[in-house]
This record gives sequence, C-alpha cells and structure tokens, in this order.
Amino acid sequence: MTIGLSHYLTVAAILFTLGIFGIFLNRKNVIVILMSVELMLLAVNINLVAFSAFHGDLAGQIFAMIVLTVAAAEAAIGLALVVVYFRNRGTIDVAEIDLLRG
Amino acid sequence: MLSALFFYLFAAILVGAAFMVIAAKNPVHAVLFLILAFFNAAGLFVLLGAEFLAMILVVVYVGAVMVLFLFVVMMLDVDFAVLRAGFLKYLPIGATIGLLLLVELILILGAWVTAPEITAQAPTPPPDDIGNTEALGLILYTRYVYLFEAAGLILLVAMIGAIVLTLHHKRDVKRQKIGLQVQRTRAESVELVEVDSGRGLS
Repeated sequence: MTIGLSHYLTVAAILFTLGIFGIFLNRKNVIVILMSVELMLLAVNINLVAFSAFHGDLAGQIFAMIVLTVAAAEAAIGLALVVVYFRNRGTIDVAEIDLLRG
Repeated sequence: MLSALFFYLFAAILVGAAFMVIAAKNPVHAVLFLILAFFNAAGLFVLLGAEFLAMILVVVYVGAVMVLFLFVVMMLDVDFAVLRAGFLKYLPIGATIGLLLLVELILILGAWVTAPEITAQAPTPPPDDIGNTEALGLILYTRYVYLFEAAGLILLVAMIGAIVLTLHHKRDVKRQKIGLQVQRTRAESVELVEVDSGRGLS
C-alpha cells in the first residue's frame, strides 16, 4: 500500500470541492465565504507541493509559497473590506451589498 | 506502511475539518476548524518532504492569517443566525455542482499519467545532500528572485491597502498640527499690553 501522487491529488480535489460547496452553502456570510476561498487555495497548494515532490522539481514549492503570499494578502484586504463594510452598514450580508446597482 | 497510515490520518482529519468549516453554526468554530485543517495540511506537507512550507503554513498561516480571521469574527457584532437563514435553500444546487466538479476532477485523476522521463528533465531537482529549507533558499534567491520581490511588493500593497481602508479619524478628537505650530509668528502670538494701575484689563 504505497501512497502515490493521485492520493494527494484526490485529497486536494475533495478539499477544493468542499470550498466551492461552502460558497454555495453560506451565500450570505462573507467571512465564511473568505474561509472557503482559503480552503480552495489550500487545495491548490497541496496540488503544487504534491507535484513538486513526485516530479522532483522544487519550483512547485516556490510557487506554493507565492500562492501563500497572495492568499495572505487577499485575506488581509478582504477582512479590511469586511470591517469597513460592517462599520458603514451594520451587517455583513452579501445580499445587502447592492448600492452600486443603480 | 507507517507513512501510509499517517497519510490517511491527516487526510481524513483534513477533509473532516474542511467540512466542519463550511457546516459549523458558529463562525468562531469554523475558524478553529480551519486552523485544524491547516495543521493537517502541514502534516501532509511534511509527509511530502516539504518541511519548510509546512512550517510556513503553521507559523504564518495559522499564526497570523487565521488569528486575523478570529479577531475579525470576534470583533464584529454580527447576528450570525440571520445570516444562516436560507442555509438549506442552496444545499441541492451546491451539492449538485460540487459533486459534478468532484467527479470531473477524479475522472481526470484516473486518466492521469506522468511521463516517466519527466523527473530526469526537471529544471530544479532537489539536491541530495542538503535539506529542503536550504535547497529552497538556494533557488528562491537566485532563479526566482524577481518572483520573491514581487511577493514582497504584493504584501506591501496589501498592508497599505488594509491600513488605508480601515484608518479613520474621528472628527472631534483634538490632534497636534505640527505645521500650524511651526508657522506661528511672533507678531500673531505675542502682544504687549499697557495695563493701567488699579483698573486691570477690561
């Protein structure tokens, strides 16, 4: 029973699907949507590292590091937007963000 | 054998925690389950031989980003029960699309074949005699130095953006204005007054 590349890719696929499922399920709560996006980025990272390890190429781990950086920046900006939005409107319901609808 | 056991352990807890992230009633619990998921992903990274990324995931991700999430969830006084209204309304379509995507992804994986010569042609193979961290450092600061600097720039922009978004001055708080202080001249701030004896200033 040896663990191959496809095992890791399957785990990452399940994780990515759970992220998408989370966005559908929690359509109103923007914080949970952000967490679902984090889950999807984690799945991408697992894919990158698994390919890097099984193909013997370190570039995948470098890219995983860059993805981590972008994910951290995205979380910081996203949470700042949530805080500002909550300060202005008193809610974080995604369905209420419709001021630009005209 | 042992590594297979640990793979299944980490993977099972990872998937279970990820499911609890999207299903938890309380967002604080969701963040804590996300932290558990990241710890188990770090375990998977260690199994893959990527120790540096595993440590980065624990230290930077759990230590900084997830604590930021926790902080924001606890700081915002949101009625999360209202936000969960209609939770089950989108369950069928979400489950359908998720299942479709999962089946597609697994079908792709089933047909996946890696060319046998690809490991021999890898442009940056990991060296045998040094550890993962040292090997990553050796290529991160040479071959991928522009990528590294771009990552630093992204973090700088994110930091400035977050500060600009959330910084707000209250109107009625008195603040020191150094420019105005320095601009004051003697003519407008000092006055000599002749005071008559016994009458004072009216």
